[in-house]
Amino acid sequence: MNEFNSSDLPFRHLLGIEGLSPDDITEILDLSDQYVAQNRQVDKKGSLLGGRTQINLFFETSTRTRTSFELAGKRLGADVINMSATASAIKKGETLIDTAATLNAMHPDALVVRHPHSGAVALLSQKMDCSVINAGDGSHEHPTQALLDALTIRRRLGRLDGLVVAICGDILHSRVARSNIMLLSIMGAHVRAIAPPTLLPGAVERMGVEIFHNMEEGLAGADIVMMLRLQNERMNGAYVPSTREYYHFFGLDQAKLAKAKPEALIMHPGPMNRGVEIDSELADDINRSVIREQVEMGVAVRMAVLDLLSRRDGNQPPVGPEDAV
Amino acid sequence: MSATAYINARLIDPASGLDSPGGLLVEDGRIADLGAQLSDGVTPENAEVVDCGGRVLCPGLIDMRVFVGEPGAEHKETLASASEAAAAGGVTCIIVQPNTDPVIDDVALVEYIKRQARDKASVRIHPMAAITKGLEGEQMAELGLLAEADAVAFTDADRAVSNAQVMRRVLSYASAFGLLICHYPEEPALARNGVMNTGEVAMRLGLPGIPTQAETIMVERDLRLVEMTGGRYHAACLSTAQAIEAMARGKAQGLPVSAAAAVHSFAMNETAVGEYRTFAKTAPPLRAEADRQAVVAGLADGTIDVICSCHDPQDAESKRLPFELAATGIIGLETMLPLALQLYHNGALGLSDLLAKMTSRPAELLGLRGGKLVAGAPADLLIFDPDKPWRIDEDGFRSKANNTPYHGRPVQGRPWRTIVDGKVVYSEPDGD
Repeated sequence: MNEFNSSDLPFRHLLGIEGLSPDDITEILDLSDQYVAQNRQVDKKGSLLGGRTQINLFFETSTRTRTSFELAGKRLGADVINMSATASAIKKGETLIDTAATLNAMHPDALVVRHPHSGAVALLSQKMDCSVINAGDGSHEHPTQALLDALTIRRRLGRLDGLVVAICGDILHSRVARSNIMLLSIMGAHVRAIAPPTLLPGAVERMGVEIFHNMEEGLAGADIVMMLRLQNERMNGAYVPSTREYYHFFGLDQAKLAKAKPEALIMHPGPMNRGVEIDSELADDINRSVIREQVEMGVAVRMAVLDLLSRRDGNQPPVGPEDAV
Repeated sequence: MSATAYINARLIDPASGLDSPGGLLVEDGRIADLGAQLSDGVTPENAEVVDCGGRVLCPGLIDMRVFVGEPGAEHKETLASASEAAAAGGVTCIIVQPNTDPVIDDVALVEYIKRQARDKASVRIHPMAAITKGLEGEQMAELGLLAEADAVAFTDADRAVSNAQVMRRVLSYASAFGLLICHYPEEPALARNGVMNTGEVAMRLGLPGIPTQAETIMVERDLRLVEMTGGRYHAACLSTAQAIEAMARGKAQGLPVSAAAAVHSFAMNETAVGEYRTFAKTAPPLRAEADRQAVVAGLADGTIDVICSCHDPQDAESKRLPFELAATGIIGLETMLPLALQLYHNGALGLSDLLAKMTSRPAELLGLRGGKLVAGAPADLLIFDPDKPWRIDEDGFRSKANNTPYHGRPVQGRPWRTIVDGKVVYSEPDGD
């Protein structure tokens, strides 16, 4: 496998977009393009990760991300195991550090983790010998989502540099927004954040985004409209007065979309709240909405990440002293 | 009768303004005499003579804000281990906070702390008692009876009394007895779920923040309530420029108010959180650099009266968690002196002014007899070399805990002898 080492990523784990260089991102996206092609063939399965074990450890429920990582691993030939917090020792009070030590002793080759608390994946990665991939930690980062969004955009528009991307919705709680803002900024896009002030984190302007509270102004001339999910419990008076009011001012409908460029693309990380943040017909408009394409790109991007991170791993050191050479 | 003469010292007594070479005579646990007349060969015949080698001799430090796990969380810290840590840090008197399990909101518990302290501790320990029963912010504790039992002040520890009517009545009632209400100024609703300062670092880490306004609003409210009631009020730890400004206005107005700052609030800023370093998770949270500088300025201009360690021991397990779930707190007894001395070394405060904030000022506020060098007072003393360089080492603590973000930091100033009631309770190890 030595011939691949020249294209190693310069890190063991993928914990976030922060810290990636434009070259790293381009390398991941280029490889992802190849996997998109592979995934469209009838025979989708390769053997690159044959004999390797991938554990998907989800402390938060997820259907689409977990399935996407599972498919990605299996299509590369890895043995994939899914663990969810409800089924594991976590609920019995085992600490995250103990969980990491236990899993590490099983010699996985890749660990995909989602956790409800920011920084938890980084903490866990300190105790793991294998590569750890952040599948979403709290309100911090969701790097593979940002990568798949970038891949989707690049394939449609041919570039990221210079595009105007409007990110709309609950940016305060969104790891997708943080990762996307960073990635798009790194790649030279102009990022706008559109949200009511209650859904914007303090100091968000320090990330180099332009802030809008009026959606029509924010969408003016945009190439990409990226909608975020607004969780139900945040809509009944805590952050915004009501679902109805939110949709009126910040939901994406035809009238507001008309302010964006005529060919502007609509994106959403899913799962969508139709009629809350996005008009149902728009979401299904195959000329504008690339929401299903994002799902497809997700599998390819995750294959590329698993592939690239696996290239740096030789055989791991044994865990116990009795195995020591 | 036992007597010890400490000679060849730089005597600093912030209360009287004394700062001159001389000696100090201890007889039967009390200060018998002090001054330039006590020098080599001019000491009472029966006295043991200790040459201080030109080091500073000052009142032992008084730490107004110390969290101890006893009763209820003895695995984190006991009164005995906190006392060892205090002695090693030059602290001769610690004021323990009532957020124990059970809460110190009852005369019997004040008695318990006093008894434990007398039997097991080498330094002086005084409890603060709860303002409200169970620290719940609703019903006033038995303030008068608790004060009679020797609670030195009242605080709901790390909680604010959010109900303004309750706080108003507490300040009003306490004014009849001249009691000191020591309040953690943080508007709870604004701070809820927050784990660090609101700002760019929190935003990048995806952590929920505590805005500076949570502190400012509470201090502003409290000052108005003091104006209304005449109660004696002490802000337990200020960390923001705006709240310090409010406190300065309150003082200028002549209100009976005072304030403290935790060492952490001027020794670090929010960037210490870095990549989710839970050892830098503390309350109040580490703030932005401008706020840190405001704390230094507030100490220098006297708006902030007291420096406290906010010693808050946590076991390793409760810190090895995702940041939001990790315990809050930093140990501080053994690092308070050298970290505070950084303000002297970098010219922000004079040595005597700095020491006043850890000796005479807290003694005045709490009505303690210590905190000054005066004949007849208990011989609670600290002898230290303010320039001695060393490196903070997490493995070198006497505290049961080692949750410090200062590990490896080069500092200056270290206790040489800590003395309580005339007895040496800490000696710097030889060769150190």
